Amino acid sequence: MDFDLADEQSLFKDAIDKLVQKEYGFEQRRRYAAEPEGWSRRVWSQLAEQGFLALPFDEAHGGLGYGPVELMLVNEALGRGLLLEPYLSTVVIAGGALRAGASDEQLALWVPQIAAGELLVSLAYLEKQSRYNLADVATRAELRDGEYRLSGTKIAVLHGDSADRLLVAARTAGARTDEEGISLFMVDADSAGLRRRGYRTQDGLRAADLILSDVAVPAANLVGRIGGGHALLQRASDYAIAALASEAVGCMQAALEMSVDYLKQRQQFGAPISRFQALQHHAADMLVEVEQARSMAMLAALVVDDVDEAERRKTLSAVKVQIGKSGRIVGQLAVQLHGGIGVTEEYAVGHYFKRLTMIESQFGDGEHHLTKIAAAGGFVSVTP
Amino acid sequence: MNFQPDPADQAFREEVRAFLREQLPVDVAARNRRGFHPSKEDELWWTQLLYRRGWSAPHWPVEYGGTGWSPQRRFIFEEECFLAGAPPTCAAGFSLLGPVLYTYGSDDQKARFLEPTRRGEIFWGQLFSEPNAGSDLASLKTTAVRDGDHYVVNGQKTWTTEGHYADWLFCLVRTDSSSKPQRGISFLIIDAKSPGVTIRPIVSIDDAHTLNETFLDNVRVPVANRIGEENAGWSYAKLLLEHERAFSAEVPRNKRLLSQLKHIAALALDGGARLIDDPLFSSRIAEAEIELRALEWLTLRALADMDHGADAGRPVGSVLKVRGSELIQKIGALIVEALGPYGLIAYPELDFETLPGPEAAAGKTADFLYRRAVTIYGGSNEIQRNIIAKGFLGL
Amino acid sequence: MDLRFTDEENAFREEVRSFIRENLPKPVHAKMLEHRALSKDEVVSWQRILNARGWATPSWPAAWGGPGWTAVQRYIFLDELHQFPAPEPVSFNVSMIGPVIGTFGSDEQKARLLPRIANLDDWWCQGFSEPGAGSDLAALSTSAIRHGDHYVVNGTKMWQGMGHRADWMFTLVRTDPAAKKQAGISFLLIDMKSPGLSVQPIITIDGRHEVNSVFLDNVRVPVAQRVYLENKGWDVAKFLLGNERTGIARIGMSKYLIRRAKQIAAQVQDGDRTLAEDAGFRRRCAEIEVELKALEITQMRVLAAMGEHAEKPDPRSSILKIKGVELRQAASELLLRAAGPLALAAEGEYDPPNPEDAPADTEWGSTIAPVYFILRAASIYGGATEVQKNILAQAVLGLPK
Ligand SMILES: Cc1cc2nc3c(=O)[nH]c(=O)nc-3n(C[C@H](O)[C@H](O)[C@H](O)COP(=O)(O)OP(=O)(O)OC[C@H]3O[C@@H](n4cnc5c(N)ncnc54)[C@H](O)[C@@H]3O)c2cc1C
Ligand SMILES: Cc1cc2nc3c(=O)[nH]c(=O)nc-3n(C[C@H](O)[C@H](O)[C@H](O)COP(=O)(O)OP(=O)(O)OC[C@H]3O[C@@H](n4cnc5c(N)ncnc54)[C@H](O)[C@@H]3O)c2cc1C
Repeated sequence: MDFDLADEQSLFKDAIDKLVQKEYGFEQRRRYAAEPEGWSRRVWSQLAEQGFLALPFDEAHGGLGYGPVELMLVNEALGRGLLLEPYLSTVVIAGGALRAGASDEQLALWVPQIAAGELLVSLAYLEKQSRYNLADVATRAELRDGEYRLSGTKIAVLHGDSADRLLVAARTAGARTDEEGISLFMVDADSAGLRRRGYRTQDGLRAADLILSDVAVPAANLVGRIGGGHALLQRASDYAIAALASEAVGCMQAALEMSVDYLKQRQQFGAPISRFQALQHHAADMLVEVEQARSMAMLAALVVDDVDEAERRKTLSAVKVQIGKSGRIVGQLAVQLHGGIGVTEEYAVGHYFKRLTMIESQFGDGEHHLTKIAAAGGFVSVTP
Repeated sequence: MNFQPDPADQAFREEVRAFLREQLPVDVAARNRRGFHPSKEDELWWTQLLYRRGWSAPHWPVEYGGTGWSPQRRFIFEEECFLAGAPPTCAAGFSLLGPVLYTYGSDDQKARFLEPTRRGEIFWGQLFSEPNAGSDLASLKTTAVRDGDHYVVNGQKTWTTEGHYADWLFCLVRTDSSSKPQRGISFLIIDAKSPGVTIRPIVSIDDAHTLNETFLDNVRVPVANRIGEENAGWSYAKLLLEHERAFSAEVPRNKRLLSQLKHIAALALDGGARLIDDPLFSSRIAEAEIELRALEWLTLRALADMDHGADAGRPVGSVLKVRGSELIQKIGALIVEALGPYGLIAYPELDFETLPGPEAAAGKTADFLYRRAVTIYGGSNEIQRNIIAKGFLGL
Repeated sequence: MDLRFTDEENAFREEVRSFIRENLPKPVHAKMLEHRALSKDEVVSWQRILNARGWATPSWPAAWGGPGWTAVQRYIFLDELHQFPAPEPVSFNVSMIGPVIGTFGSDEQKARLLPRIANLDDWWCQGFSEPGAGSDLAALSTSAIRHGDHYVVNGTKMWQGMGHRADWMFTLVRTDPAAKKQAGISFLLIDMKSPGLSVQPIITIDGRHEVNSVFLDNVRVPVAQRVYLENKGWDVAKFLLGNERTGIARIGMSKYLIRRAKQIAAQVQDGDRTLAEDAGFRRRCAEIEVELKALEITQMRVLAAMGEHAEKPDPRSSILKIKGVELRQAASELLLRAAGPLALAAEGEYDPPNPEDAPADTEWGSTIAPVYFILRAASIYGGATEVQKNILAQAVLGLPK
């Protein structure tokens, strides 16, 4: 085990930190949010130019072939800057599903486009009734005249409004909550019969609902085995949880630093409020939580490619529980320490709080994952 | 960064396990796992056994009989011993005094004390706290007045863990009361059999005797038993208090408590259902497991820092102490809850079988009660938060 | 000791409930049910409905034109409003400036202002806090310098709730800069239309505009608009802040939040059943409900004690504030958790979206997270939780400052 950055990893981290620092001041972020797509194409091109969009994909397909640790470093930096760009949706989530299931030809076609910043893909897996159950898919796909026809409604597709293509989970067999029988299809955003309704999300990002009415998809755009999409959704969820963990750590670290600075600056009762022990202990508690969450983000990077599926899944559930809990405590305390300005739109800390809050309800909340871990027997064996 | 565990460490773990399987008698292991305080005989016997294998003082430098293991291996060793139910070795001697002795002691002192400690021939007691000097240790009042080549020591110490086992004591005394509180303190080694040393039991909340008050009444201590310089004792004590910070989360203890919790929850205590099958209770267990998982990783990170001799700029020891101690208490509370009515019974250490309830119940509530102290000793959690806020966050 | 309500009190509760049911305009109720913002007109018209019944000013004695209710009646009344849920009478008017005028105002001020306050003919806002004076309110620096029969007021006030709707602002200003902090403060009533006064919105994290900054640039305020003595404004402020404690725990609001969470859980699918059937969700509800029950009794105990010596605010009411906020915040978390991914969308906070356009096909989806977000403010205003704990430690437990 080695917790120090290798030279190359340091370069990597410096590059992404620098980019975020230069391009993602709070005021700059506000301007990007006001752009038509709700994020900055210019920043996206920079991410592409510096190779960050190619990061996790195999070199054989036009990627850089880096591993989960590097992805962790990038996502932490994105969390610090509260980036609005579709990195999570395109590179991590949809990219993760593609890496897990797309054919070599498909990858060779799409990865270079993604890496160049020319192709945005969003995974459309959620439906109104599905909550945190990846197998709950009512959208259907039928094979007709050599094409698939998709009908159904997908909700809260992250960055689904600016995506060029949508990786849609649809049922080709089985009942609504069966794991078997789900297939993934790469759907052009401008397909006939596809209506998209984009909206802002509570954390300032973008999402869309998709209404699919008999949308035609060429058979070549089936990703993975027919009926075997559930496994790909799970892989996407694994990658998403690992990325959300490091993003959350970035948010928490930033929120902690802002709070500490604020305590030193803010004067009440004739001196900085940092002298109140109650507030010092709040800050100390935040730090304890950040460190616990950071440990779990690292653990996520360790296990996300683990071949032992049960162990991997259980551990990632634990990661999600811990970052949810730490994120909640850190976010709430950061606002509290700021007093009134903590609840204003014009001050950054509230935005970290909101992002940390909304991370909790993506890919399963704490309750959901706790139940899963408990059902899987936990980590410690009964017999000592 | 590369988080893959080292396969050689895994092999080492197997080696330790095999050793424990061969050497640790089942009844001793059972006694220790139960949670009652260990006996002096068990502690010394086990130390002697480890000594013969060269393992009694793993964290000491090799020249003083240490093993030269990496921090990771020391952690593995500690964890395996603890989980197997091995008796502890005298913490005051090995973890607290040892490093002070080999760092600041004279050659003569090292020769007299290090080897016998390692052999399991000396049991040590720590005389730091006083009735009015707890968290504010530097306010201690016990005096040592020079009289020729002796100090004459007077005062009262308290909370001496296993003081009634001790052959020797190490003690902070005031040798100069005119300067700043931290400046006038010296570090003495005192023979527990010296005339004027009286050790009296303090019965703790678990109705057990492990703590003591120690009265020092004109105790004559040779000047040769002072460690380092006169009036410089505070800096030695600080080294002692900060040593081995990476171990302060007590991950092994937490693990053992967790598996005991699961064991108890898996018994069908009230005839019918097993608590572990209740989704609500089992998700509370899972919650504790996740905390522990994160804590274990934090410990591994801290060990890596130690390995480099680097302080990564994190107040890791304090974070580990705060979270580790809280978790011990949280799991303990779950155990008592899982025991239901059997949690009420004050099981004796011997013959507990005569009382109702499963064998696993013995010692659990007592341990839960005693562990209320973990957030108080070793730098209380409030003090740890101060350290984090002031020392690290700069508040 | 009898912890139960009397028959009369129960009958009173029924009376209040049926009045609300019959008189609260349906569109207002619909908005309240979904925690949506109300327009000024909606608030005003409801307050006038209550006023016509004599109920707009629950805490006022009959001498001021109030209903002269007991503390328990006041509590029941607010609890019913919160649970229904219906809007409370505007607190700046009814709980803050009204009692101040009733207690410190001249006879002329009472006769002229109290009926207008009750009927919301004038909407009042509270101009206490400043950028540099939050928890440390006495550090305020807005100055008022006497010029003949006017004060000239200069400074910046911050956080004025509903300041953009207000006709008048009651405010604390420094009239003697030389005096010790609390000693040089006066209490002034300022017309929001005064030249030199401007209002600027502050948008909060729920995306709403409720609070404002108020800038005062050489604003002339007639001396006759000072309440009580010059440099004695702090006494008035202390009275005002310690005055209305009956509803401070807002238990009914927590109950409504839990009810709404349960209703949503009954609609939300969780695998093969609804979330309402999930044991974990139920336990979380029960945990909060248990604490609410305890708080309800504590509230009654404080009310009973208040009845005996009503002049002095009871420092134990800090318990009500601390716990009440904590439970409301916890209940809002429960609500958010219940909605899960359906609460992700952020559009349509103000008005319900077109049903066919609602994100995630869920009209109420975007109303959930903002409730949780803005409730974080409740542990900051009205005496922050840390400050309340200082009060408990010092005033109740006798620990040193
Ligand atoms: C089981 C047990 C074994 C022990 N073994 C030994 C031993 O072998 N040898 C030995 O010398 N000592 C031993 N101790 C003593 C231990 O080191 C002290 O208990 C500890 O230093 C705390 O001191 P105190 O008990 O006097 O509490 P106090 O220092 O009086 O603390 C009381 C409370 O005040 C809080 N507090 C104190 N200062 C601050 C501050 N600055 N800011 C915020 N909060 C503060 C504390 O956290 C605590 O909650 C042991 C104690 C226990 C309980
Ligand atoms: C939504 C909202 C509506 C409001 N409406 C109004 C209004 O209508 N009119 C009006 O005049 N004001 C209003 N306020 C202002 C409110 O009264 C202040 O926000 C409050 O007094 C806290 O002050 P602050 O925000 O400056 O925080 P600060 O006082 O700067 O507090 C920052 C942090 O320090 C802590 N702290 C401060 N002092 C101590 C201490 N002694 N010990 C321990 N911790 C301490 C606080 O608890 C907080 O965590 C409103 C505020 C909000 C958020």
